[in-house]
Amino acid sequence: MKNHIRLSLYIFLTPVLLWLLLLIVIPHIELLIMSLKGTDDLGDPVWTLANYRHFFTEQIYWYTFVRTAVYAMLTTVLTFVVTFPVAFYITKVVSVRLSGFLTIVLLMPFWVSELVRVYGWMILLRESGVINHLLISSGLMNTPIEMLYNDISMMMGLVYTSMLFMAVPLISSLEGMDDSIIEAAHDLGASPPTIFCKIIIPYAAPGITSGSIVVFMLALGNYLTPTLMGGKNSLWFTEQIYNEFIASFNWNQGAAFGFLLLALSSIIIWAGLKLTRQELGRALS
Amino acid sequence: MIRTLPPHKGYTLAFRIYIVLFYLFLFAPLIITCILAFNDSNFPSLPWKGFTLDWFMADGPDRIGLFHDRSNLSSIVVSAQTAFWVSILSVTVGTMGAFLFEQEEFPAKRGLYFLALTPLVIPGVILGISILLTANSLGIYFEDTFGLDIPLLRPSFWLVVLGQFSFITTFVLLVVSARLRKFDPSLEEAALNLGATRFEVIRCITLPFLRPALIGSGAVAFLMSFENFNTTLFLVGSETTLPINLYLQVRDGSTPIINAVSFLLIVSTSILAVINLVAGKRENRE
Repeated sequence: MKNHIRLSLYIFLTPVLLWLLLLIVIPHIELLIMSLKGTDDLGDPVWTLANYRHFFTEQIYWYTFVRTAVYAMLTTVLTFVVTFPVAFYITKVVSVRLSGFLTIVLLMPFWVSELVRVYGWMILLRESGVINHLLISSGLMNTPIEMLYNDISMMMGLVYTSMLFMAVPLISSLEGMDDSIIEAAHDLGASPPTIFCKIIIPYAAPGITSGSIVVFMLALGNYLTPTLMGGKNSLWFTEQIYNEFIASFNWNQGAAFGFLLLALSSIIIWAGLKLTRQELGRALS
Repeated sequence: MIRTLPPHKGYTLAFRIYIVLFYLFLFAPLIITCILAFNDSNFPSLPWKGFTLDWFMADGPDRIGLFHDRSNLSSIVVSAQTAFWVSILSVTVGTMGAFLFEQEEFPAKRGLYFLALTPLVIPGVILGISILLTANSLGIYFEDTFGLDIPLLRPSFWLVVLGQFSFITTFVLLVVSARLRKFDPSLEEAALNLGATRFEVIRCITLPFLRPALIGSGAVAFLMSFENFNTTLFLVGSETTLPINLYLQVRDGSTPIINAVSFLLIVSTSILAVINLVAGKRENRE
């Protein structure tokens, strides 16, 4: 009996360990090692901090890094603001029969590849796009304007592609909330803003945290939306990583950038979990 | 404020308008993409010049439809093959992980569980470059010490499979664990008391119980892999997957063929989504 149990432990443990060691742990150690290497004047490999020094001395890298972080946070906040009313409407306001239907319809677009969704926005917004065509043919405008390739369109794209990851945890946490709590507050004379701040938000806090973590991480690591919707000067940090790897073929520099991005996302996620006193396991499931 | 409280007219109306606008925002890009796949124009834009199936069926010389476009068709096949292997591998390892973390006891279990969750919060780009770096270093090492050239360690089909597998497995692990937690251990104990071995119990009792979760997570794993861009971007070799291939086309200017591909993707994923939902509903009712 005892032997059987030990045997099953090893059978389950081996593939999991192989997966985590070979594909997660070792590659990230390698990433760190590569970021600390460079070549000296003779072209021989040496240990160096030059890749990191380069990051801090070149203003453009710094600027892009901070910009990416700030915009990713802004995306997270905006995504929350846009999706929260919808999640609240679906779970608390609309009739129960309609609520199931609305949820299904809400999830549908997100099964479709991100690339297709971004492409859809491109043909809507660009200079020869559908919106410009409609505005001109209806006589509201005379000349087409470029609505794509700026920060606003990029932010809109980022919010659009991450809404699902906010909506699902919000809906599931609000679904668990007993309506009578809100009714009680209402009967005791609380105004809607008070109910919202003192009851609904604290109750939905776990859902808000897990949604925010995922949205932030996805926005920070997004490559498609900033390159396609932000245009030439979108300056997203993943683009710098891509350029170092594919265009300049400077893998050491790229590894340093990658490690910095990883550190930033880990620190912010960790801080988010600490501030709301949650564990990663609970936030993800 | 909520459905059981007396409604406030202005509030309800404003809320309704917001919801309508939201759903419009949600569907506008997809609907436009689909419509323009059938427009008889050389650019994916208005005005509407009439209905055509050219972007699916045409066989040159002026227009080449999707079904005659070698590069797009072969990238669909590559994506399907990648997704097939990724879902098989990740469902296998993810399920083993679920058994490991739900039913076994060993030292450092919490630490290992934490590690198993991290792939979902590591940006996909980082996973891609770190696996690329490691494969490359290993390749150089084998070449220098043993004179072996291992194609697997260069950007290639299998490297993409490994890269996607590395984080999709965590997703499967979470879904299967959730189902396993609902499992009644007394069923297992009964079988063990009646003389079944641990593996007979898993094969005849636990796995059939897990079946809906295995199928559901397998389907989502397939879709996640089929649509993955960030991790794949750095690991892809000469066999490009569909998202990469589409990206290159979109970046270099667009033709309605992209709309045709998108139309097929939207229709097929919607069908898959509905099937998954219906199956999920039935499971909940059980």
